[in-house]
Amino acid sequence: MSLLNVKDLKVHFPIRGGFFRSVVDQVRAVDGVSFELEPGETYGLVGESGCGKTTTGRAIIGLNKVTGGEVLFNGENLATMNAHERKKHMRDIQMIFQDPYSSLNGRKNVLNIIAEPLRNFERLSPKEELSRVQNMIERVGLNPESIYKYPHQFSGGQRQRIGIARALMLNPKLIIADEPVSALDVSVQAQVLNFMQEIQKDFGLTYLFISHDLGVIKHICDRIGIMYKGRFVEEGTAEDVYMDPQHLYTKRLISAIPEMDPAKKFEKMEMRKEINAAYRTEYDSYFDKDGRMFDLKPISPTHSVAIQQGGM
Amino acid sequence: MVKFIIRRVLIMIPQLFLLSLIIFVLAKQMPGDAVTGAFMGNPNVSDEQMEKIREEYGLNDPWYVQYGHWIGKAVKGDLGSSYTHKQPVTSLLAGRVTTTVTLGLFILIVSYIIAIPLGIIAGRWTDTWADKLIVLYNYFSFATPLFVFALLMLYFFGFVLGWFPTGNSVDVRLDAGSWEYYVSKFKHLVLPGMSGAILATFGTIQYLRNDIIDTKLKDFVKTARAKGVPEGKVYTRHILRNSLLPIAAFLGYEITGLIAGSIFLEMIFSYPGLGQLFIQSITGRDFTVTTAIVMISGAAVIVGTMLSDIILSIIDPRIRIE
Amino acid sequence: MAESVLEIENLRTSFNIKGNYYAAVDGVSLTVHKNEVVAIVGESGCGKSALALSIMGLHNAKTTKLEGQANLKGQNLIGLPVDKLNKIRGKDLGMIFQDPMTALNPLATIGRQIEEPMDYHMKLSKAAKRIRVMELLEQVGIKDVNRIYKQYPHELSGGMRQRVVIAIALACNPVMLIADEPTTALDVTIQAQIMDLMKELQRITDSGIILITHDLGVVAEMADRVAVMYAGEFVEIADVQSLFDNPLHPYTRSLLNSIPSNMSDKEKLHVIEGIVPSIQNLDREGCRFAPRIPWISAEAHEKNPKLHEVEPGHYVRCTCYKDFHFPEERVEDEHYVTT
Repeated sequence: MSLLNVKDLKVHFPIRGGFFRSVVDQVRAVDGVSFELEPGETYGLVGESGCGKTTTGRAIIGLNKVTGGEVLFNGENLATMNAHERKKHMRDIQMIFQDPYSSLNGRKNVLNIIAEPLRNFERLSPKEELSRVQNMIERVGLNPESIYKYPHQFSGGQRQRIGIARALMLNPKLIIADEPVSALDVSVQAQVLNFMQEIQKDFGLTYLFISHDLGVIKHICDRIGIMYKGRFVEEGTAEDVYMDPQHLYTKRLISAIPEMDPAKKFEKMEMRKEINAAYRTEYDSYFDKDGRMFDLKPISPTHSVAIQQGGM
Repeated sequence: MVKFIIRRVLIMIPQLFLLSLIIFVLAKQMPGDAVTGAFMGNPNVSDEQMEKIREEYGLNDPWYVQYGHWIGKAVKGDLGSSYTHKQPVTSLLAGRVTTTVTLGLFILIVSYIIAIPLGIIAGRWTDTWADKLIVLYNYFSFATPLFVFALLMLYFFGFVLGWFPTGNSVDVRLDAGSWEYYVSKFKHLVLPGMSGAILATFGTIQYLRNDIIDTKLKDFVKTARAKGVPEGKVYTRHILRNSLLPIAAFLGYEITGLIAGSIFLEMIFSYPGLGQLFIQSITGRDFTVTTAIVMISGAAVIVGTMLSDIILSIIDPRIRIE
Repeated sequence: MAESVLEIENLRTSFNIKGNYYAAVDGVSLTVHKNEVVAIVGESGCGKSALALSIMGLHNAKTTKLEGQANLKGQNLIGLPVDKLNKIRGKDLGMIFQDPMTALNPLATIGRQIEEPMDYHMKLSKAAKRIRVMELLEQVGIKDVNRIYKQYPHELSGGMRQRVVIAIALACNPVMLIADEPTTALDVTIQAQIMDLMKELQRITDSGIILITHDLGVVAEMADRVAVMYAGEFVEIADVQSLFDNPLHPYTRSLLNSIPSNMSDKEKLHVIEGIVPSIQNLDREGCRFAPRIPWISAEAHEKNPKLHEVEPGHYVRCTCYKDFHFPEERVEDEHYVTT
């Protein structure tokens, strides 16, 4: 059984307008998204700003209200649970945020930051708590004495480790990482990515990795879902998506990754031009008359694309 | 845009209704009524007679009946008549409103004339001696209570130096409408007006200084400099436009502060405006007058807020969109 | 080689921190030629943005000390009084900023903002300015020029705004453009569009460009030459092909190995040991990268590391590149040492 099964997830926000500020329309931030996470895998949600990837992550953990669909975690539907029932499951799902500075409370020291989830879920003596925190802080590669320091005394990479340590405290099964390395320099990013891979093995974690950075996603993810305007465009293994993109939007996204070989820079530019031209000629085969993506359709056991049923 | 203004104006109707209701109910809760205020302690009027007068004036009706009467007349411009002044509240207030509004406008304009240049100087040339002096003045105007400052002004300029009259809003011996009459009005206005204005600069200076310091560091100011815009123009064309905008918008809200301030000023300078009348009406239990003044002040605040919103929507393109 | 437009010589930018001046840009020299894109690449805090702002004269004069030269068409910009600098900024020297969401004045129309540099540098009638704005907007790939002219920044998307920022920089036909992370704040597909646009524009405008970036992908796509910056110094300068084919300085090599898309899947990324030194506690005597490659022996480094021309046009600072290897590769393969 899959660990997380998201079925036709919808998150809509009302738009108010007109004379009496009544609801005139909906922003379909997430509009019918389905995917599954197998235990131990890393699933990447990738797309540009406003595509709904972050809203999807937040809806799974309950930070955004689910308008429709199901979020099955270990077979139980989180979307219909009330806050009390949900709390039992919440210790198994933790989130890591983008900005390691603003996501840590600057007035609390590391001990209090990391112990916070423990205090929410378990009754421990101060001594037990301290030893659990110290173990964890060593585990994430920080000096055990640093638990009495405050977030501003750490570098960006170290702060992100603190954020990860906090997420790991309750031995979660699933970690939703929302742009965890986007605010970091490349060398620090490398450090955090390596570290995330390490702890994945050690703790048996499953990752939902949300990012706009196609390079990072390709590096760390087993399977990838590409989002655009609240819908899935394409889903498959890293190989499927990067080597054999099918949807026009995916092609556009992949071709936008800067070319690391200077000799090929004009080649890449030509390729983008061709794809832009294709947007004008082949648009109808990829988007319906409202400019909406079609439903995903499998084209191989691992690879699905949003194309017209029977089309292509 | 037009739609926004219409909606903003329409929102005022329930606001005003609610305001009138609250004021009316609160006023009813106050101990005593007009009859007690007028005859209490008067040995010639017995309790039975007072009760009879109450009955006559409808003071024993349920509150909502009384409210209905009051609001029905109010919309026609009839706010009842004052028990102590023995004249219709509307005509009693008319002169007072003009006096208070004149004082308020004087304070508003003079305080802007002082505050805007000072705020700009302090914000542009931060950490110079000029900035330090301005900040010092600003602390002074923030920390000094109006009634203390006004009394000192009155004592010094009114009594010691004798430059300005110390009471009333005009020399009553002069003919209304003559040149001397207006000069006299102005002379009476200066002392209370300046006392209010000098202290009222606080918010504007503080706000403007901080906002300019913030705006100076904004990226679009770097863009302007990178275009080769001369330093003076960087301020007039880019920084000040952005920093003055909220000040223009706050114009409406300033009315609230002025109403509160006018009570002190009018009492101290025996300036016959609304504030003075307000205090008199409370001590005299002149219920109709109190209610009318609170209603007018409340309405002024609501209208001021609306003005602010409309001004902001006109000058800021980001709010202008539908 | 084409004629040079900008010659930076021994430029040093120091910031006042608690009474002492510390150099964030520490003796940098670079020449930019006509129609050439020179990328300056490095991580945050390396001094690349400070360098850009020094050339533009945009640092706070009270807290910054500038030394050295930046000669634009023979005139030294460093230490030039603001009124003289204002005759050059926006005219011969244009700048493209990082974040298009904040680089435009929210209260002025797009048309006015593009016209503004012309007010000071060109004698044009109102109508002529308007025509020039339309021309510029078309040049940066904006279609509906009449509508955009009257619009305000908040009505435009990020990509459109960045095009406007570029149009402003190009308004008076500058000979030199400084682009500070021009695509960093943008989405990938928009980034690609802006990169392609800048490449097109460079072909037609002939101006020299300094491109400040942290993204080696952007460097590979846009630059003709690259200067890698670390702790206020250039550690390697080379033409773009040589830099990617044959990176020599340990920092350049480490950086390239830490980029995910450069590595095959799931392979461990290279992590540079330690942290970037702050400008206050930086050892300015020896090799500044030495503390981050402690497994390389001290003898490998120079006393006062200089840039060595290893191949024509390919400069590397310090001698340690000769002995450098990654910790996981052992020194037994001798050929590695000599590269």
